[in-house]
Amino acid sequence: MLGFMGRRALLGAVTIFAISIISFVVIQLPEGDWIDNYVLQLEMAGDPVSIDEAEALRSQYGLDRPLYVQYWKWIRRMASLEFGYSYYLEVPVKQILFERFPYQIMLAGVTIIFTWLFAIPIGIYSAVRKRSLGDYTFTFLGFTGLAVPDFLLALILMYISFAYFGQTVGGLFSREYLTAEWSWPRVWDLIKHLWIPTVVLGTAGTASLIRIMRNNLLDELPKPYVLTAMSKGLPLWWAIMKYPVRVALNPLVSTIGYLLPALIGGSIIVSVVLGLPTLGPVMLRALLEQDMYLAGTIVLLLGALTVVGTLISDILLIVIDPRIRVVGAD
Amino acid sequence: MASEGAMSVHQGAVSDESQEIFVASQWRLMWWRFKRHRLAVVSAIILIGFYMVAAFAEFLATADPAYHTEKFHYLRPQPIRFFDEGRFRPHVNGLKGFRDPDTFKKDYEVLPDEKIPVHFFVEGFEYRLLGLFPANRHLLGIAPDVPLEVRPSIYLLGSDDIGRDAWSRLMIATRISLSIGLIGVAMSFFLGIVLGGISGYYGGVWDLSIQRLIEILRSIPAIPLWMALAAAVPRDWSALRVYFAITVIVSVIGWTELARVVRGRFLSLREDDFVTAARLIGVPEMRIIFRHMLTSFTSHIIAAISLAIPGMIIAETALSFLGLGLRAPAVSWGVMLQQAQNAQTVALYPWLMFVAVPVIIAILAFNFMGDGLRDAADPYSS
Repeated sequence: MLGFMGRRALLGAVTIFAISIISFVVIQLPEGDWIDNYVLQLEMAGDPVSIDEAEALRSQYGLDRPLYVQYWKWIRRMASLEFGYSYYLEVPVKQILFERFPYQIMLAGVTIIFTWLFAIPIGIYSAVRKRSLGDYTFTFLGFTGLAVPDFLLALILMYISFAYFGQTVGGLFSREYLTAEWSWPRVWDLIKHLWIPTVVLGTAGTASLIRIMRNNLLDELPKPYVLTAMSKGLPLWWAIMKYPVRVALNPLVSTIGYLLPALIGGSIIVSVVLGLPTLGPVMLRALLEQDMYLAGTIVLLLGALTVVGTLISDILLIVIDPRIRVVGAD
Repeated sequence: MASEGAMSVHQGAVSDESQEIFVASQWRLMWWRFKRHRLAVVSAIILIGFYMVAAFAEFLATADPAYHTEKFHYLRPQPIRFFDEGRFRPHVNGLKGFRDPDTFKKDYEVLPDEKIPVHFFVEGFEYRLLGLFPANRHLLGIAPDVPLEVRPSIYLLGSDDIGRDAWSRLMIATRISLSIGLIGVAMSFFLGIVLGGISGYYGGVWDLSIQRLIEILRSIPAIPLWMALAAAVPRDWSALRVYFAITVIVSVIGWTELARVVRGRFLSLREDDFVTAARLIGVPEMRIIFRHMLTSFTSHIIAAISLAIPGMIIAETALSFLGLGLRAPAVSWGVMLQQAQNAQTVALYPWLMFVAVPVIIAILAFNFMGDGLRDAADPYSS
């Protein structure tokens, strides 16, 4: 068991290292650098910059050094949680993360709760009432939910909410609460804005969880212990909820580590569409402006989260379900 | 499989119907299986329709998709009226633009008396049919003798911010978006077959390193990687180069899934009797791989491919939508959706969102068809 965890953790570390190289290289790929953009901006503002000045800026920020030196400096600073400076937002990357990451986590958390709240009961229903009208309806809805891209769903909901409820969507707060202190009305305002991103982000996850739950439960239902429970006179629902559902939930619990990073990655485009104060919009801008510290940090952060999440899932699965044996362990 | 069938026939007491099943070829069995999945069959027909649109996009376009005029911008979708005083005389009504005095929003007044005839197989802008034959006929269009200033198009789906005909643009966009899915999948397919094949057939160090590579690629979150790669495409590239760059980008991750499928199949077939037999009689290795092993799981590959296409279409649409993908003058579903990016436009000009409809239908159809194909690929399972 420990050996297995150790090997997985090592592999995870190697993967994160590979991701850090890939994200650094990819972000360096565009021709030119941030200084070029900056110079262009200054020139457009009527403040021409000489080549010498640009070069001075470049060496000041270390942008004239070879790529591997830049990478080394970057990764060393990352390891000590020094994320560098965002050129285009003109604040430390850390500050942007502090401002936006809590919303990101909150959004993901609410979405996971939403997903489970709907997926588990529907999954149980679909399995117990297999091939009923309800089962077919949920299957079809589930397929549709999986297939429709998030950002299209966001657009459609945005239109519906505007056309039928007269509510402009976008952001997580109304204008009057945007910069206000935290208070109950502000929390209520947040909740009113939160439902669209939650539904948009949660639909695909709900759809696939329904399928998983349904299939897991269908595997359990024909087993003798269920029959025994029922023949002993336990009411149907109790017999189902008490034993097979608990077994069927196991693989579901383990997906939580995987769900969080997937949700954060998936929320990027939705956040841009809905104008949420999360990492998505800044990442898009940072990529377009070649703001490499900001973009690199976000890409690396998401990659690391995915790796750690998968690791947690794998380990949880073994811890929760003692029937799973690791090949080569012990 | 056929020999098994023949054996059973000798045991007698077999109905005609099951006899037909026993002697049916593998592909026939798969076809029967596929036909049973109604939704998959309907989806396949819809997809054939989509690709017909892609092939004959210009013929179906009612106006030059690039033609723009300030006079008809943000026009609502206009219906064609087929009958005029009880006679079959297709026409569209004339329009008069005005500014709403309160909101300053441009709006149009329908002139019921001004009737502009609509013709079938009408002459219009020049194009090359299937990219080969010069042609200028279009299925539907305004008669060529009506000057462009009076009415440049039918505007079945309205027009956009600079007055381009949304329907005609949608036709061209369908071609580009659907072909990106196909080319992207072809690229992933090539990489997946080669690397998955090496991994599964040779095993050992090859397998280990390729599997690690796949694992690393799969653990990078797809959307940020796509965005970062797409942002790296130089701004001054031509539309065609950007198109290919985006296709490569969307297949960067797609091939790993195909490689996984191919590897799994190779692993299970490697020790099979027919492969051993081929090896023993001295068939060259490449021939064993391509002639014997690959052909035996072609159906699984087809299913995996059709399930991989929608992901690529979504990726392209999302990237273009964000302004990282294809750029004007190229038109794709994502490029068209870009106009519906903010709440205000969506509220004021909801028809610009119509592009979402073909996107969703195409993606659903690919998923359902792929699902049916996956079931059919293994016709012996119950």
